[in-house]
Amino acid sequence: MAFINTTTFSQPNANALLEKVDENMASENRISESTMIIHGRRDSRTITARTWSVGTEKSFTEYLSPAREQGTKMLKLEDQLWIYSPSTDRTIQISGHMLRQSVMGSDLSYEDMMDTRKLTDVYDARLEGEETIGGRPTWVVHLQARVDDIAYHSRKIWIDTERYVPLKEELFAKSGQLLKQTTFSEVKQIDGRWFPTAMRFKDMLKQGDGTEFIITSIQFNQDIPEHMFTKAVLRR
Amino acid sequence: MIKFLLKGLLRDKSRSRMPVIVVAIGVTLTVFMHAYITGFMGDTMEMNARFSYGHVTVMTRAYAEEAEMNPNDLAILNTQELLDELNTQFPDMEWAPRIVFGGLVDVPDQTGETRTQGPAMAMGVDMLSPTSREIERLGLEKSLRSGTLPSSSGEILISDEFALKLGVEPGDQATLIGSTMAGAMSMENFIIAGTISFGIELMDRGSIIVDLDDARMALDMYDGAGMILGFTPGGYYNNDESIARAASFNETYADSDDEFAPVMKALGQQGMMGPYVELTEVWSVLISLIFILAMSLVLWNSGLLGGLRRYGEIGVRLAMGEEKRHVYGSMIIESVFIGLTGSVIGTVVGLSFAWIIQVYGIDISGMMEGASIMMPSEIRTRITPPDYYLGFIPGVFSTVLGTALAGISIYKRQTAKLFKELEA
Repeated sequence: MAFINTTTFSQPNANALLEKVDENMASENRISESTMIIHGRRDSRTITARTWSVGTEKSFTEYLSPAREQGTKMLKLEDQLWIYSPSTDRTIQISGHMLRQSVMGSDLSYEDMMDTRKLTDVYDARLEGEETIGGRPTWVVHLQARVDDIAYHSRKIWIDTERYVPLKEELFAKSGQLLKQTTFSEVKQIDGRWFPTAMRFKDMLKQGDGTEFIITSIQFNQDIPEHMFTKAVLRR
Repeated sequence: MIKFLLKGLLRDKSRSRMPVIVVAIGVTLTVFMHAYITGFMGDTMEMNARFSYGHVTVMTRAYAEEAEMNPNDLAILNTQELLDELNTQFPDMEWAPRIVFGGLVDVPDQTGETRTQGPAMAMGVDMLSPTSREIERLGLEKSLRSGTLPSSSGEILISDEFALKLGVEPGDQATLIGSTMAGAMSMENFIIAGTISFGIELMDRGSIIVDLDDARMALDMYDGAGMILGFTPGGYYNNDESIARAASFNETYADSDDEFAPVMKALGQQGMMGPYVELTEVWSVLISLIFILAMSLVLWNSGLLGGLRRYGEIGVRLAMGEEKRHVYGSMIIESVFIGLTGSVIGTVVGLSFAWIIQVYGIDISGMMEGASIMMPSEIRTRITPPDYYLGFIPGVFSTVLGTALAGISIYKRQTAKLFKELEA
């Protein structure tokens, strides 16, 4: 009985855990360069991009390579998303069912990129237990949606007990079917915070070996000019 | 004796003219109906072959598993190499690479912003190669409602109804938004060359026709094709022959475990067409059988009546001492002549009508409005080998059977009562 009580007292509050994770993962703004390696059923493709973002509302991405994608730009302003294609010189707003389409053929959808609400705002968190992932002790947190307009009805997150970063995440449909799985690695201390710089996304409904997302450089809290987040910048 | 019987038939018109006319009409209807059923059902199959399945289709094994979803990420990549191989193995067939994909047609306003957009089903076909027969195969010239056919790269055809919905006309620019074969978003600008209407609601709702090379460019599918459709030289689908061709091709790759190795499927082995081909074969036989049976009953009855009508004549012949067996035999031989003559005339007339409808067709496009399945807007008959002999079944067999049954009464007549009957 004493053991049970001790265990109960040593377990943190699930919501408090998520807030600690947010402190590491979220920032006022950031500039990053990333490499996305998409392992398809037939071959692998590598795409590089540079992203400027402010909070969770504004984000601007410019694709740098390969040649076919070079110059493609993506602008997200709150709940709106536009894509600029240099070959057609057209800017198209992505909405409706197009949001479910894959980003550059990866295991990520535009919808995944758009839903940047804080987890504590849309999910009820419950601590499920402890597990070890890649030699690191983790808390296993189960999240249940409390809003209807959400892509994933429930989630399961494995949070590093010492660094407060996610090491693994599973996303489920209302039916309980596992839709996506993400693993986080290469956790580094950057500007005083722990941050995973490598991720592997796997769309469980898609064949292939998933998508590796590697952050090659990241700078937090930089001075980003406001004009970076206007539609005019897309055609520049 | 045969010469004597023929003379009798020719001189006594009541014994030959009407029976021959009745048999000829029956056989004409039988031959024509069979050609009509074969033609109508075959045309529906041909239409599906020309637009979607070919008489045979070559795809990768992985594509074939999800073919209904047009998974272009699993498409054939070395198309030219495969075409060379197919031309060597099946030199009598024509091959047409195609790419079918879904996307959004986005029409810009003067500032380049989206004015209107709508979902489209796009088909990439070879419209610009001088040797390609795709324009003829899809009947694009006949389906053109406004503008022209694409004459250069970057031009597309859009269904008339869809153009009206989007408010575009030939000469306007549209952006096609889709997915590359790697799954990335693709955008490609096109000029609308013309609008088309196939008279098939399924196709006219929201389809666009793009040149194959433009589709390859848009979907990042260099030398790729979702499928290669094969067409047999006769222009008509033969299920057994196509299945045999597919089996022979697939034998070449039997030892390969590569999921992207090519696989050939006959029309009847694909999607919903399998049950349709089976149904067509069963129904074609069933409807023909019912009609042949009905005609047989009519002609049998005609033979029966013919026999009974000659009751008095037979009585006189028996009274004059002719043997019952001889009378019966001569009636059977006469009915064979009548049946054969009527069947030959009926088959020739039936085939002539069928040939006219096969060549010129009957336009039923006015009746096809609102149709949701791919059906021809023109009815054509199709003359097949059975049409040359099918009419002889009711024509000869039933006539002879009718006469044979009527003739049985000859044996029941008693010579002693003959004069009494004749006096009456």
